[in-house]
Amino acid sequence: MSTTTLDTPAGSGGTASAPDRQGTLSDPERLQRAMASFVLDFGATAALYMESCVHCGQCAEACHYYVQTGDPKYTPIWKIEPFKQAYKRQIGPFSAFYRLFHLKRPVTTDELGKWQELIYDSCTLCGRCTLVCPMGIDIPSLVAAARHGMEAAGLTPHDLWEPTDRAEREGSPLGATRQVLKERIAWLADENSVKIPLDLEQADILVTISSVEIMKYPQAIVALARIMNHVRASWTFRSDGYEATNFSMLSGDKKGQRNATMLLINAALAVQAKIVILPECGHAYQAFRWTGANIYGKPLPFRALHISEFLAEEIRANRLTLKSDPRSMTFHDPCQVARRGGVFEAPRVIFRALGAQLHEMSSTPAANWCCGGGGGVVTIHRADSLRHRVFHLKMQQVEDTGADILVSSCSNCRLTFDDGQAFFHWDKTAHSLLELVADNLAERH
Amino acid sequence: MNGASLLDFARGPGFEVAVAMLAFGVVWRLVGILALRRPVDHSEPRTGWGWVGGLRLVFSRSWPRREFRERVLHWDIISYLFHIGYAVAILGYVPHILVIRNLTGLRWPGLPGGVIAFFAGISAAALLALLGHRMSSPVLRRLSNFDDYFSWLAVFAPLVTGLMAYYNMGDSYQLVLGLHVLFGDLLLAWLPFGKIMHVILFAFSRATTGTVYGRRGAAL
Repeated sequence: MSTTTLDTPAGSGGTASAPDRQGTLSDPERLQRAMASFVLDFGATAALYMESCVHCGQCAEACHYYVQTGDPKYTPIWKIEPFKQAYKRQIGPFSAFYRLFHLKRPVTTDELGKWQELIYDSCTLCGRCTLVCPMGIDIPSLVAAARHGMEAAGLTPHDLWEPTDRAEREGSPLGATRQVLKERIAWLADENSVKIPLDLEQADILVTISSVEIMKYPQAIVALARIMNHVRASWTFRSDGYEATNFSMLSGDKKGQRNATMLLINAALAVQAKIVILPECGHAYQAFRWTGANIYGKPLPFRALHISEFLAEEIRANRLTLKSDPRSMTFHDPCQVARRGGVFEAPRVIFRALGAQLHEMSSTPAANWCCGGGGGVVTIHRADSLRHRVFHLKMQQVEDTGADILVSSCSNCRLTFDDGQAFFHWDKTAHSLLELVADNLAERH
Repeated sequence: MNGASLLDFARGPGFEVAVAMLAFGVVWRLVGILALRRPVDHSEPRTGWGWVGGLRLVFSRSWPRREFRERVLHWDIISYLFHIGYAVAILGYVPHILVIRNLTGLRWPGLPGGVIAFFAGISAAALLALLGHRMSSPVLRRLSNFDDYFSWLAVFAPLVTGLMAYYNMGDSYQLVLGLHVLFGDLLLAWLPFGKIMHVILFAFSRATTGTVYGRRGAAL
């Protein structure tokens, strides 16, 4: 493991002090919008969480930001403090009492600005804190509600707002427009001599992709095609519904999140898909598998599967057969797919089918350390030094397994690992589980 | 007001007002939370038994997962010493049982005074340790507000005055006992309005998260 030192002292967040702002709204208008969005979001579940906190501070002990810096401001429940104040003053059962006696002062725009780095730069929505809270409070869901308010107020970190805005205008946060997708697919199909169906009118399976894969890891598209063709699936990409990352969800833009989700749903309906396959992207899984139907307003008329779930199903059905790859490997469970998404067994089915020596990490897959790049954090460059601090924890956890190969099933994690590898001059590269499977397809007879 | 009249007040109108505030406050707060909207989750559950996850988490979260024990278990144990000691002192002491019997008709055998004093002493010591932790830990100092300290006082005051009355400390037994009962009234009256309400809310909160993530087959 490398000896590169971290570039900020312990206790320093290393993030910018002035919050980013979008638009030209006045401070009172920003505040009004933040609070209006926040109130709209509120239901019994969030209220229960706000009311149940006993200020025990145990969530800090599960948070990689606090564990690595010792700075109490990174205590997860503290990250939503202004919104907690606003809840008690505006919505809670004793709100009238609080207002009458001035027991909770109104939140200010200045406070919201100060909290921007806690709500965005230093929370990956990884959900480890949810597992330790004695009250069972799901803090990431409250941070997500806070992000809705911040986005409505034009108080999103610009590095996250910009790709979100781009995604809403062009269909991809990274410039992977429809035209780019078509060109990439044509090039990849030609270069790799593989059939990659695009825009079929009917298919049993709609395959989606993340922009990170299109632009940075295009071999994922080839891997997908090889596997889908190997199992002789009826499948297609659709240029009117392909991008699954959903940056709008990360920045807190509810309208954009809805639009991005509906593009995929409409594409799936158009091809009469029975299954929608979600890419190696944790937040894509969360946004579609667990939120898609709620945006649609009724149960989805097709199944939504993470690619690892699909691969495991095909292995179990003996349609996907693999060559042996007995190397020593460890697996990084992406937080949104495993801890918060429930996909624990599928990747392990794949490793067993490969005959790999799997060395599990020190904590259980459920409480695995986050890579530090989720929740849009990897895009926020002012948070890089803080992100490297928490990545160090992950790097140590991987090293402790003694495995030779690191594998994950999230391209955002992979991006974060690549960045961390370069920063620390680490000798481990994160590999894609999907590509590992594609590289080990057995010959069909 | 002398000791006798303080005791009469605390046992009489003081207690009645406290019980009324307790009942009203608990109902008001619970309705205020639970009457808010609850959107239907249309996502296809991985398991159709989300409520099992809810029920499971209500109990399983009473002890930290093994991944976190090294960092939090010591404070959980101290917290348990406080809670168990307190529960034994309230529910095991014969005079308390008589109060509960008069109020609800329920009754059960009590424990010897010495045993109660032992548990109350453990509970008081644990409470002092928890206060020290709250005042010295940077995380807890950051999170703590009036509710945390006032609730601590509302819990500690009846405990310590109860011990003083049991050991006949102070100049006037009636005054000490009157203060004990009065502080007990304060505890009952304050319960629904501050963090002590977690004695009820913990089950709702855990069950909610357990149900949401249980249906996903996610980590609990």
